[in-house]
Amino acid sequence: MIKTLGLRLLASLVLLIVVPTVTFFLQAVTPGNVAQSILGIGATPQSVAALDNQLGLDRPVWQRYLDWLAGFFHGDLGTSYITGDSVVRTLSGRLGVSLSLIVGALVVFTIVGVLLGILSTSSSRVWGRLIDVVSTAGIAIPNFWLGVLLIGVFAVQLNLLPATGYVQPSENVGGWIASLVLPVIALAFAGITGVAKQTRDQMLVSLASPYARSLRANGASEASLLFRHALRNASGPIITVIGLIFVGALSGSVVVENIFVLPGLGSQAVQSTAQRDLPVIQGIAVYFTIIVVVVNVVIDVVNTILNPKARAS
Amino acid sequence: MIGRFRVVRQFLRRPLGLTSAVFLVLVIISVALAKLIAPYDPLAQDYSAVLATPNAAHPLGTDQLGRDVLSRLLYGGQVTLIGILEAVVVAVVVGIILGLIAGYLGGPLDTVLSRLTELVMAIPGIVVLLMTYALTGNNAHAGMFVLGVLSVPTIYRVTRGAAAAVRGETFISASRVVGIGRGAIMVRHVLPNVWGPIIVNTAVLAAVTLGIQGGLNYLALGVNPPAPSWGGMVSEAQSSLLQQPWLMVPSGLTIALTIVAFLLIADALRDATDTRSDIPSSAPRQAVVEDSTAPSAAPEGALLAVDRLRVAFNGVRVVQDVRFSVAPGETIGIVGESGSGKTVTASAILDSLDAGASVTGCVWFQGVDLLHAPAHHRRAARGSGIAYISQDPMVALDPSFTVAGQLGELVARHHGLRGAARQRRVLELLDQVGLPDPAGTARRYPHQLSGGMAQRVSIACALAGNPKVLIADEPTTALDVTIQGEILDLLRRLRDDTGMAIVIITHDLGVIADIADRVVVMYAGEVVEQAAVEAVFASPGHPYTRALLAANPIASERGKPLMAIPGTVPRPGSWPTGCHFAVRCPFATEACSAAPIRLEPVANSEDHESRCIRIDEVLRSSRKEVVS
Repeated sequence: MIKTLGLRLLASLVLLIVVPTVTFFLQAVTPGNVAQSILGIGATPQSVAALDNQLGLDRPVWQRYLDWLAGFFHGDLGTSYITGDSVVRTLSGRLGVSLSLIVGALVVFTIVGVLLGILSTSSSRVWGRLIDVVSTAGIAIPNFWLGVLLIGVFAVQLNLLPATGYVQPSENVGGWIASLVLPVIALAFAGITGVAKQTRDQMLVSLASPYARSLRANGASEASLLFRHALRNASGPIITVIGLIFVGALSGSVVVENIFVLPGLGSQAVQSTAQRDLPVIQGIAVYFTIIVVVVNVVIDVVNTILNPKARAS
Repeated sequence: MIGRFRVVRQFLRRPLGLTSAVFLVLVIISVALAKLIAPYDPLAQDYSAVLATPNAAHPLGTDQLGRDVLSRLLYGGQVTLIGILEAVVVAVVVGIILGLIAGYLGGPLDTVLSRLTELVMAIPGIVVLLMTYALTGNNAHAGMFVLGVLSVPTIYRVTRGAAAAVRGETFISASRVVGIGRGAIMVRHVLPNVWGPIIVNTAVLAAVTLGIQGGLNYLALGVNPPAPSWGGMVSEAQSSLLQQPWLMVPSGLTIALTIVAFLLIADALRDATDTRSDIPSSAPRQAVVEDSTAPSAAPEGALLAVDRLRVAFNGVRVVQDVRFSVAPGETIGIVGESGSGKTVTASAILDSLDAGASVTGCVWFQGVDLLHAPAHHRRAARGSGIAYISQDPMVALDPSFTVAGQLGELVARHHGLRGAARQRRVLELLDQVGLPDPAGTARRYPHQLSGGMAQRVSIACALAGNPKVLIADEPTTALDVTIQGEILDLLRRLRDDTGMAIVIITHDLGVIADIADRVVVMYAGEVVEQAAVEAVFASPGHPYTRALLAANPIASERGKPLMAIPGTVPRPGSWPTGCHFAVRCPFATEACSAAPIRLEPVANSEDHESRCIRIDEVLRSSRKEVVS
C-alpha cells in the first residue's frame, strides 16, 4: 500500500516539473517580444534591448530554463519583471485567499453534488429530471455571469453580503465568511453537476449489481442498500471525479477572484498577464500545480483507504 | 455502421434539438452579417443616451458609454464564435487522430498517449493560457489554439474508447486479412463507426469552450476593450450594476442560451446516434403487478406455489402459464436452456424483476399471495421466508465490505442481534456452511475468497434469516467441477438439517439428478413437464424432456451417439400459437401448432404433468426404448 502510494506521489511530482517546462516551451515557440510589450509600441530599439538585457531575455530560452530550474529546486522562483520583488514573497501572502476560496468551493460542490446525486437516485421522476436541469445549468450559467448576478441580487438589491473585497480571518471571522459566501457559490456551481451525475450513475450501477440483488433478496433494507452499500461503492469513482473537477475549479478561481476583487493568486495572475510579468505567471503555475499535487495525493490516500483491494496490495 | 441519413432524420424528429439547431444557425448568421444588420457601429458612443433600457432606437438598450448593446452583441459574437471554432477544430482534429491511433493500434503507443492525456488533464489549464496571452500580446487566436490543445483529452478519450471497441469486430479483422492497410482501415472503417460519440462530445465541448472563453474575455484576455465580446460585455455590465442592472441580461443570456443550444443538440445527437451508456438511466423500479383474472385460493399443503405466472417486458411476454408448487423440505429443480424463463420466474418469486416488467398470476407463500400482498408482507418474506443465492458468487458479495460486515448486517436485520451476539451468530453460520476457519473468513473481503468459499459465504448470507425456501439460481455453474459437488452436498445437508425447501434453477440435468426430488422442465417461457425426478428420467412425458435427456452425456447410454436438438429456442415475441416446441419436435403434427396446448396430468400417474397432445405416442416410444 505504501509502495503504491509512493509511486502515485512520484507520478504527481512529475507534474511539478511538467507545468513549468510547458510554460517555458511556450516562450520558445511563441513569436513576440516581451520587453517590447512591457515598454509599449513607442519604445526605442535601444531601450528594448536594454530591458532585454536587464531581464535576461537576451539569453537562449533553454539557458533561462535551466537557471529557473536550479532556482526552483532551492525554493527560488525568481523576481518580478515589474516590481523586482521575489516571486515567492509576492505570492505567499495571496495563497491563503485562494485556498479559502478553492477549498470552500470544494466542500460546497462535494456536499451539494453528492446530496443531489443521492436524491436523483430515487425512483421519483421529478428528482431524475432535476439533475438534468442542474447539469445543463451548471455548464450554461458560467461562473463570471453567475458571480455578477449574485452580486446584483445579494449585494446590490438585498444588501445581505459584501459585493467585493476580502476580510482576513485574523481580523474578523464573520467578515471573512461573509466575504467568501458569494465567491464560493459562484465557483462551486459548475462543479456540482459533475459530482451529482457521478454520484447518481455510480449508485445506480451499484444498485443494479448482483450483490445488491442478493442482499435485497436476503433481507437487507432499502436504506442500507442505498446508503451503506451503493454510496460506499460509489465513493471511489465520486472522489476521482472530484479530483478532476477540482483542477477545473482552480482555473475558475482566477475568474472568480477577479469578479469579487479577492487579493488571491488569481487576481495577481491576471494583473501579471496584462503586465507581461512572466516570472510571476510562472510562479503561479508552480503554486497551482502544488495545490493539484496535494489534492491528488489526498485523493489517492482516501481512495486507497476506501478500496479494500488497493489497501491489501 | 449508423446510416448518416437515418441519424439526420432521427435528429430532426427531436423538437428540442431541432429548435436549438435553428437558434444556433440564426445566431451564427446574424453574427456573420453583423456589418449589414447591426444598427450602429459597436464602438460609437452617444452620451445623450447612456444606460438606456430597450427602446425603439436601441432594441436592447445602451451601455454606460451610450453604445448600442445589440450592435455590440452582434459584433462581439464574431470574436466568440470564431474562437470556439478554432479551439474545437484543434481539439477534434488532434483528438481524433491520436485517439484513432491509440485505440486502433493499441500497444505501447496507446499507453504513452493515454498517460500524456492524463497529464494534460491534471494541468490547471488557466496558467498555460495566461502564459500564452502574456507571450503573444493578448492574441485571441493563440489563446484559442492553446485552449483547443488543452481540450484534446476529451475528444481523444471518446475516440480511443470507440476505436478500441470496434477493433475486435469481424469486419475489421476481415479487412486486415484481405490486406487493406492500417491507415485505410482506420479512415474507412473505424472512423465511420466512432463518429457518433465524437460529434456528441464535440457539441458538449463547444458548450464548455464558450463558457471558458467567455470567462477569459471577461478578464479582457484574448480581446482588447473597447472591442466588444460577449464575456467582456458581462464585465462592462458589472461596472454599471448599480445604475442599470438590465445590462446583465443581453450578454449573459446570449451566452447561456447558446450554451444550452449546444447541450440540447448534443442530447438530441446522443439519442439519434443511439450511443447509450451502460449505466442504468434510473433506479430499479418495481415491476407492475396486474390483477390476474380469477384469484386462486392458496393451495393446500404447499409452502410456495406459483400459479399462472405471466411476465412481460415492455409488452413482450417472456414467461406464461407457469405453475408449480413446493412442499416444505422438498427440493424442486427447474431445468431448461437459457432463455427458457427460469431466472425470470425466480425473479418474480423474489420480487426482484426489473422496471418495465409486468406480472400477472399468483405467488403463494405460506398462504399469502406475495404478488398482490402489501409491501411490508413482501419485505417480511425476504430472507426470513424466501432466501436467494445467485449464480456467480464472486459478484454476489459486496466488494467493499468484509464477510462479517455483510453477513452481520443480515443477522442484525433478521434477529436484532448486536455486538458479540451478532459476531457469534456470524461465526456459527460460517461454520454451518462448512468453512474451515470461520473467524479468519469473517475478516476477509470478497476478493480474498476463492469461488467455492464465496459461494459458501453467499449461502451463509441466505441462511441468516432461517428461510423456509432457498432459491438457488445456477449455484454451481460458475464453479470448478470439484467444487460443484461440494456445494451440492452442502445444500443437501442444509436441507436435511434445517428442513428448508430448495428451488434449484439449472440447465444441468446432472444437478437435478443429484439433488432434486421433483423437476419442472421449462421451454420458451412455459412449463412443459413436471414430475418426480425418477419419473422424468424413466419415462419423460414431453418430447423436449426426451430430447434434453438424449443430449445429456450423464443420462445417455454408453455407445449411443449424443443427440443434439435441431433448431433453436424461439425468442420471446415470436412464439408460435400452438406448442412452442413443435418446430423442433419429431412427434409434431398439424394439431400441435393449431392452438395453445395446456399443461395436463399424464394418464395414470399422479403428480406428473405434461404440455403435449401427443403424450401417448411419446410415452409409448419412451417405453419401447427402455425395453429395447
